[in-house]
Amino acid sequence: MVFAAIEVLPSLFGGGGDSISSILSMLFYVVFIVFLFYGQRIQMYVMIREVEGSLYKLKYIKEEGRKITIETIKEIGKPKTDPSARVDRYLEYFTISPQSMDPAGIVYKLDHILDVRDTRLKDEVKLMAPESSEVQINNLENTLEAAMALNYIYKIVRHFYIQGKKTLSLYIIMQLQMILPLVMKEAEAYASALKAFADGQPIGDGVGPLVAAKLLHGYETAKVPKDCVVASVPIENRTALIIKAEGPGGNVGKPGEAVSAVIKEHKGKIDSVIMIDAGLKLEGEIVGEVVEGIGAAIGGPGVDQFKIEEAVVKHKIPLNAVVVKEDIGDAVSPMRKEIADSVDKVIERVKTVILERTKEGDKVIIVGVGNTIGIGQ
Amino acid sequence: MWATPSASDNRRKKNMSQNSSSTSKRISTYLMMIVLIVLALSIVSLLLSVNAFAAGNDMLAGFLLVIGFIAMALSVYVLLQSRKRAASMKIEAPKVMTTIECKKCNFKSIRQFQRGDFVFKDLDPCQKCNENMIITAIYKEVKEKEKTYNV
Repeated sequence: MVFAAIEVLPSLFGGGGDSISSILSMLFYVVFIVFLFYGQRIQMYVMIREVEGSLYKLKYIKEEGRKITIETIKEIGKPKTDPSARVDRYLEYFTISPQSMDPAGIVYKLDHILDVRDTRLKDEVKLMAPESSEVQINNLENTLEAAMALNYIYKIVRHFYIQGKKTLSLYIIMQLQMILPLVMKEAEAYASALKAFADGQPIGDGVGPLVAAKLLHGYETAKVPKDCVVASVPIENRTALIIKAEGPGGNVGKPGEAVSAVIKEHKGKIDSVIMIDAGLKLEGEIVGEVVEGIGAAIGGPGVDQFKIEEAVVKHKIPLNAVVVKEDIGDAVSPMRKEIADSVDKVIERVKTVILERTKEGDKVIIVGVGNTIGIGQ
Repeated sequence: MWATPSASDNRRKKNMSQNSSSTSKRISTYLMMIVLIVLALSIVSLLLSVNAFAAGNDMLAGFLLVIGFIAMALSVYVLLQSRKRAASMKIEAPKVMTTIECKKCNFKSIRQFQRGDFVFKDLDPCQKCNENMIITAIYKEVKEKEKTYNV
């Protein structure tokens, strides 16, 4: 019957050739007609499948993150009851940013909300892991925050995926598919961070505190608000007041408050502020490259940057920055060797800035900005 | 401000997930249909090749055989790919190293990271000079080289 049909095909498709050319021309017409009417739909299904694959991976990473977190809490905190339910509740926590219709005073409102959030989350960790030390509580808090970020990324991608499928809108699916490589990169970085936080390993973002720790190691330190330490160190015949978050637990401190407090303590007689931080590299730039600039090198919600800028402007203090280039994946995963090796280069650069921009006997503040997990002082 | 989900909300969510899974089923059926058509055509091609071989047309037989096998291989590959899920996924833990140094005699050793290690942690006395050793660095080594684009 098949052969009989093939015999008739040439007459149907206008061909006078053999059966193989008839099959090929028929296939061509079928493909042409299918793509003419369903081309966009086929393209959308291909995209949906791609997003679906990534969503499965995100779900796996999220579940794995939750598992690692619960295991770490059980191992370190020795809780009497199963912490899983409390961890699940923690993963769903949200923070509402202050109303910005009247922006006056919003920085202090945001600062207050972040303080309340931090205290609340720390209290939750203490309840989850009653046997853990202060350092371990900080590490567990960071671990939970990474798990929280993974949970959030998964839920957002799932939201747009389901919305795209429900509406069969090419544009929703297309937008999601276009940003997916970046989303996946970030999710993988957080997965890597989660493991580093659970073990208390230094991360790429800790390059600032690492430089500060290397400068102040062996000198007496004093605590400054909030969760920071300061040490007075002689460098190139100047007095360097070195500030970093208190380690080795996962902690970024509040460098804004610390810098303001130190400037106030010295009655504004500070000749320069040098900030050291990890900076996001562009594609093509080398990991661990050291660059120099002007301004407050600090990320986060902006509260600390605002406070530092406010303090230096009040006393007209020059603000310098030294940045170590790395990408988002390097910043939140265990510190790469290239970044650890850049510490000596940063110290050299800081010394050059001090020599070129200040005089002998001057006072300089050096701030190592970043998460000090796995870095003592 | 945050309303608790009512029974109707839960029903709606259930329906939503049912809709979602039915859409997913439709996509699978759609894909399966295409794969089955290609598979059927590949079988037709193989049958035609046998026929051509019997008729003594070796060239056409070979041609149809190649087309048939390629189409069959492609359809089987797509079928297997569509079944492939997140089974092979895992979070790779990088190898993290700890550098320990003696500040007095500069004796240096590198070992794998252990939980509780941190930079500037005091450790046991040095084997050579009995001075306390400290951790000077903790890092991971990235083996693969980044691709360069010469621009």
